[in-house]
Amino acid sequence: MDKLRRVTLKTAAAAGILAATALHPLRVLAAGWNKDAFQAKTPADALKNLGAGATADSSAIVIDAPQIAENGAVVPIEVTSNLPNTKSIAVLVEKNPFPLVGKFDFNEGAVPFVKLNVKMGESSNVRVVAEAGGKHYVAVKEVKVTIGGCGG
Amino acid sequence: MADPMKMRATLKGDVADVRVLMGHPMETGQRKDGSGKVIPLHFIQEVTVRLNGKPVIEGQISQAVSRNPVFSFRIKGKAGDKLEVSWLDNKGETNKTETALA
Repeated sequence: MDKLRRVTLKTAAAAGILAATALHPLRVLAAGWNKDAFQAKTPADALKNLGAGATADSSAIVIDAPQIAENGAVVPIEVTSNLPNTKSIAVLVEKNPFPLVGKFDFNEGAVPFVKLNVKMGESSNVRVVAEAGGKHYVAVKEVKVTIGGCGG
Repeated sequence: MADPMKMRATLKGDVADVRVLMGHPMETGQRKDGSGKVIPLHFIQEVTVRLNGKPVIEGQISQAVSRNPVFSFRIKGKAGDKLEVSWLDNKGETNKTETALA
């Protein structure tokens, strides 16, 4: 792993304020980007802004992530939804300053599967919310981070 | 943005395993440079996968995706189908790459 990859997520509390001020001058250019959900500071707020207020637990969502991540800057997370007619998958790292990491909409022709690398500031639950048949389902997996996502 | 993208799409039966790498700093807006100045937010916001021109996956991501993002997707298709992946970041920069399913 090269040094450049070690991205700072350090001092979450102070940096959260910095990030909030840093976010404002930047107009969101991407029209489809759900600014409210991505700037939410709690998983509940993020989900509310995604229109996923109520969720039911589901074992049909499979999260493949390391139990212990050695490098918080690059934590591989693989999600498969076995729910019929899965429309979207959202990935949240509960303890990150901005929990929502990504939301993927699947149209016909795509398998409801995604793998991505995320930054984690500290050990946290990874929450995946899938939308299928107009309902939202959730699965959770804990990932322990031994070195923070911070290049510290 | 001149940073390169790389993509591979391997068919297994009628589903292609797609792996795509995007060169991007994915700055969180929380890092500081050597002189203590905050490095501004700079991250990919939208990722779109198109098969033969039709969007099949539309993703929105945050600055918490790792630097130089790598994604895997699974797309139903057949040999020769044209796959395109593009991204758009918060500064309006964009890039795309395409390949044929094989």
